[in-house]
Amino acid sequence: MTAIRSTTTTTRTLGGPGRILRLGAGRAVYETRSYFRQGDSLFFTFLFPTVIFVIFAVAFGSSGDVGAGPDGTGGISMAAYYLPGMAAAGVLLSGIQNLAVDIATERSDGTLKRLAGSPLPVLSYFLGKFGQVLVTSILQLLLLFLVARLVFGVELPGDAEHWARFGWVYLLGIATSAALGIALSRVPRTGKSASAVIVPILLVLQFVSGVYIQFSVLPDWLQTFASVFPLKWIAQGMRSALLPENFAAAEPGGTWDVGTTVLVLVAWLIGGTIVSLLTFRWNRKDA
Amino acid sequence: MTESASAPVVSVAGLTKHYGEVEALRGVTFDIAPGETFALLGPNGAGKSTTIEILEGFRDRTAGDATVLGTDPTHGGIDWKARLGIVLQSTGEPGNVTVHEQLSHFASFYPDPRNVDEVIRAVGLEEKAKTLIRSLSGGQRRRVDVALGVIGRPELLFLDEPTTGFDPEARHQFWDLIRSLQREGTTILLTTHYLDEAAQLSDRAAVIAGGRMVALGRIDGLGGDEARIPLVRWRDVDGPHEQRTETPAAFVADLVAASGGEPRDLEIVRPSLEDIYLELVQADEKERNSL
Repeated sequence: MTAIRSTTTTTRTLGGPGRILRLGAGRAVYETRSYFRQGDSLFFTFLFPTVIFVIFAVAFGSSGDVGAGPDGTGGISMAAYYLPGMAAAGVLLSGIQNLAVDIATERSDGTLKRLAGSPLPVLSYFLGKFGQVLVTSILQLLLLFLVARLVFGVELPGDAEHWARFGWVYLLGIATSAALGIALSRVPRTGKSASAVIVPILLVLQFVSGVYIQFSVLPDWLQTFASVFPLKWIAQGMRSALLPENFAAAEPGGTWDVGTTVLVLVAWLIGGTIVSLLTFRWNRKDA
Repeated sequence: MTESASAPVVSVAGLTKHYGEVEALRGVTFDIAPGETFALLGPNGAGKSTTIEILEGFRDRTAGDATVLGTDPTHGGIDWKARLGIVLQSTGEPGNVTVHEQLSHFASFYPDPRNVDEVIRAVGLEEKAKTLIRSLSGGQRRRVDVALGVIGRPELLFLDEPTTGFDPEARHQFWDLIRSLQREGTTILLTTHYLDEAAQLSDRAAVIAGGRMVALGRIDGLGGDEARIPLVRWRDVDGPHEQRTETPAAFVADLVAASGGEPRDLEIVRPSLEDIYLELVQADEKERNSL
């Protein structure tokens, strides 16, 4: 009887694309559900951009409009000015911070080892992570935009062109961040140290990439340094989608520089994906 | 077909594993037949988990041959994994899902899974089915591990110290579960510290000490016939004595006749599995210390 069953199971293959997608969708539901049951990640990645946005919008609420022309028109509130940066930070945190810490923790607490012993394809695991990142980051941005619009009266774009721009900046940004999150998950040696290793790197990046501090006031060398990394470009892309067109003049080149944004993000996406595929292991196999 | 039915499910020959300078395994050899339950016994650090993790595909071996369900575990793919059930020594920490959610999720990975509610009942967690795993006690989590190990209807089940943290009732319930798997023809490789568990469940056993196999055979024949010869212990003016003899009653009768009275502290002992096991392990320790 054992022999009969073993021959039938070996002829059937479990690595087909349909099964990979189906299990990937199952993983996405499972991962999203666990995400929202987890207190600390909910605060540090999900609510973080909204919390910081509220603090900034309140703190600078009385400083008047920025970016007004000589005739006093065309300016926007500080809240409106900070919104694209916070959206960019949300994309970065949902992708890199969430995944890098999450996967490093799963590696050290035995979750990955258990999955490694099951017939779950690695690709389904990645699809599940990406699905979770997609769902949580969209909800996160929705919350941020709702607070910005309803509480602080920030004008959101009214035309399809700007929303389309927002759409591709978001998709490219979240894909790049997710790929980099998986790649960076190898860096922390233990799950406990994961937050301590990953969070400071991203915090520095947020300060030099025009999220908290206006990019153009940074010294040239720091601008050049930040331009190597994806966050600067995600933030710039978000500004191009969410700010009035006259703000393009405040960017380093005097334009939104959409072409370079795509180029840099695609390069990081490809690099992150290659590193992830080459380095991801279910467990640290000792030699 | 008849050939594959009689071919061993697990076949290990000269299995060797080095961690740097440390030789964790030094030439372990055994086969496990289809439907058989095989126990790996030995003290902590003897190499039991290293052996089982090599066979599960979690560790690479340094030398020797290993075949599991006809496949080298180093190259076991998804189809191979679908035929295995693995209960690791350490509990995973999925935490934020309920017992039922976790089992349904894992059931979806397998082509022919068991019924989730039946498995939850079989491990005695029906009252905790809707409880988050992080809220369970250590012993209850261990039962979730066991449930996850059997959910895929494995042909071969690895159990690495499965009942650590179980109360006696849970252990007996676990034994019943294993017996029902044995009736279905599941092949099982078990490591345990509990010799009564090995005696209850397994057909054959190997004793590993210091990375070497010091005994292999039927559980009621471990250590050879020699180790099972009854032991007579008594005390006289010269101090304690012990004598192995096939005829303990005649020996004691001679003893009484010779001394003309009742020997002090007299006992006749048939070595238990535990006595035999300890003797095997201590003999190995002595041998290694004398090197």
